[in-house]
Amino acid sequence: MSDIIHTAAPPRIERSGTATKTYAIFIGLGLVLLLVAPLFFYPIFLMKLLCFALFACAFNLLLGYTGLLSFGHATFFGGAAYFTAHVVKVWGLSPELGILVGAFGAAVLGLIMGFFAIRRQGIYFAMITLALSQMFFFFCLQAEFTHGEDGIQSVPRGHLFGFIDLSETTNMYYFVLAVFLIGMAIIWRFINSPFGMILKSIRENEQRAISLGYSVSRYKLGAFVMSAALAGLAGGTKALVFQFATLTDVGWQMSGEVILMTLLGGIGTLIGPIFGAGLVVALQNYLATSEFPVTIITGVVFMVCVLLFRRGLIGEFYASRLGRKLGFEHRR
Amino acid sequence: MAVASISTNEQPRVVLSARGLSKSFGAFAAVKNVDLDVHDASVHALIGPNGAGKTTVFNLLTKFLQPTAGSITLLGADITKLPPDKVARMGLVRSFQISAVFPHLTVRDNVRVALQRPSGLSTQFWLPLSSLDRLDARADELIETVGLKRERNALAADLSYGRKRVLEIATTLALDPKVLLLDEPMAGMGQEDIGTVSAIIREVAKTRAVLMVEHNLSVVADICHHVTVLQRGEILAEGDYATVSQDPRVRTAYMGTEEA
Repeated sequence: MSDIIHTAAPPRIERSGTATKTYAIFIGLGLVLLLVAPLFFYPIFLMKLLCFALFACAFNLLLGYTGLLSFGHATFFGGAAYFTAHVVKVWGLSPELGILVGAFGAAVLGLIMGFFAIRRQGIYFAMITLALSQMFFFFCLQAEFTHGEDGIQSVPRGHLFGFIDLSETTNMYYFVLAVFLIGMAIIWRFINSPFGMILKSIRENEQRAISLGYSVSRYKLGAFVMSAALAGLAGGTKALVFQFATLTDVGWQMSGEVILMTLLGGIGTLIGPIFGAGLVVALQNYLATSEFPVTIITGVVFMVCVLLFRRGLIGEFYASRLGRKLGFEHRR
Repeated sequence: MAVASISTNEQPRVVLSARGLSKSFGAFAAVKNVDLDVHDASVHALIGPNGAGKTTVFNLLTKFLQPTAGSITLLGADITKLPPDKVARMGLVRSFQISAVFPHLTVRDNVRVALQRPSGLSTQFWLPLSSLDRLDARADELIETVGLKRERNALAADLSYGRKRVLEIATTLALDPKVLLLDEPMAGMGQEDIGTVSAIIREVAKTRAVLMVEHNLSVVADICHHVTVLQRGEILAEGDYATVSQDPRVRTAYMGTEEA
C-alpha cells in the first residue's frame, strides 16, 4: 500500500524543496549585498530604496496575495510619515517608538478606509480608496500639525534605544535595514500562516470560501490593515531618513508609483516589488539631474513592462527556463 | 435493538424548512411560493427540467441569493436575513453545480482549508503553516472516505472532473454539517464514482439531512427517501419516488412517457 502512495505522489514536494534551497541561497546573497552596499553606494539612496521596497512589498501583500488593487496607499505611507515626524519632533519620542506610532496610525487609517472599501470589488474598490486618500490629502493640507505646504521639517533622528546615534549615517543605514528585514519577515510569515492559507483560498475561489463559512470581507479587511500598517512602517522610517514629512508622500502620484513598482517587480512574488522599487528609485535618482523628464522614462518603462513582460521582472524570471530549473514556480 | 426500531419509526424532525419562498429577477419569477421541508436522517431530492429553478432554490436556501418573499428556518432558527457565511457556520453547507475546489491547492490542502475554521486555526497570521499539520489526520481520513488517497498530494486542478466533485464532497463533509445541499453531485461522473458517492451520501444521511439536485433518476430512485418536483419555479409534485414517478403530471412534464 505504501509504495502505491509513493509512486502516485507527484514530484511537487521535491521541487518545492529545491526551491526552498535556492531561495535560501538567494536570500543569503541578498543579505550580504545589503550589508556591504553602503561601501559602494550613497547610503541615503540605499535607505530611500529600502523604504520604497518595503512599501511596495506591503502593497503587494494586498494586490498580489489578496487580489485587491488599492489606489490609496499613499495615505498610509505619507500619513505614517507625518505621524512619526510629529511624535518624534514635537513629543520627543524615541525613533523606534516614533516609527511604531506611524505604523499604528497607518493601521487605524487602513481600518477606516478598508471598512468603507472592502465590500466593493475591482474598479469600485480602487475608486473608493482613491477618493478616501484624496480626502486624507486635503486633511493633511489643512491640518495644523502637518504645516500645510511646508510639511514637518528638520525632524531629529534621535538615538535608537537611547544610545545609538542615528544622525550617524552608517548607524541609520543599518537601522533602516533592520526595519526593512523585520517588515519582510512579517510579510513572509503573514503569507505563510493559517490566515494566509485562507486568503489564498479566497483568491482561488471566493464563493467556495463563503460556503465553507468564511466571512470573506473580514479576511480581506485583515489583509488590508496589515498592508496599511507595513506601508506605514516604511513611511515612518522614510520620514526619519530624510528628516521631513511632506505632502508628496500622501499625494495620489505616490499611490500610482507604488502600483508601478509592484507591477514592474512582479505581482504576487514575495521579493519582486523590491526589484521594482529599486528600478524606479534608481531611475528617478539618475535622471533627476538630467534634462529629460523622469515621468516620461518611467511611463515608457511601465508600457514596456505591460506589453512585453507582464509577470514583472521576478515573475518572468520564475517562469523562465532557468527559474524553473532552479525550482521556482510562478503562481499565475 | 427494539429501541432502534422505535426510533426509526418516529417521524424524523424537520431541520430545514422554507415557507412561501419566492424570487423574482425583474419581471421574471424564478421561484414561486415554494414550501419545502427537509427532514433529519434522510435524502431529499429536488428534481425538475432545466430552468425549473432548482439551483435558484439552493441559492436562496443557502442565502447566496436573498429571497423576494418567504421565510427559511434552519434547526428552529430563522435564517431569512442572514449572510451566507453565517448560515454555513450554523451547519448548512452546500456544494456547487460547477465544481468548487481551490484549483492551485493540493487535495489535502483543500480539505484542510475546510477544517481550519471549525478547529479555530484560520485567523492566526503569526503562526507558521506547519501549525496546520495537526489537521492532517482528519483530512486524510476524509480523503480516504471518498477514495482520493492516491491523489492527496496532487493539485486539485489536475484532477478529473468527477474526482473534483468527490473532493468537493470531502471538503463539505469536513465541516460536519447538519444539512448538506448538493447541487448535482453526480454530474459528469463515471459509473464507478457514482457508486462511491451514492454510498457516501447514504452513509452521511444516516445522521444528517441531505438535499440534492439530481438529474440521474436511477440515483434518485436508489438513494432518495423523498422527492420534490419543480417546474417553472413551482412545486409540481411531492412524495416518495414511486408516488412521484407515477404522477401523470410529472410524467408528462418531466420524465416523459417512456419512464414508468
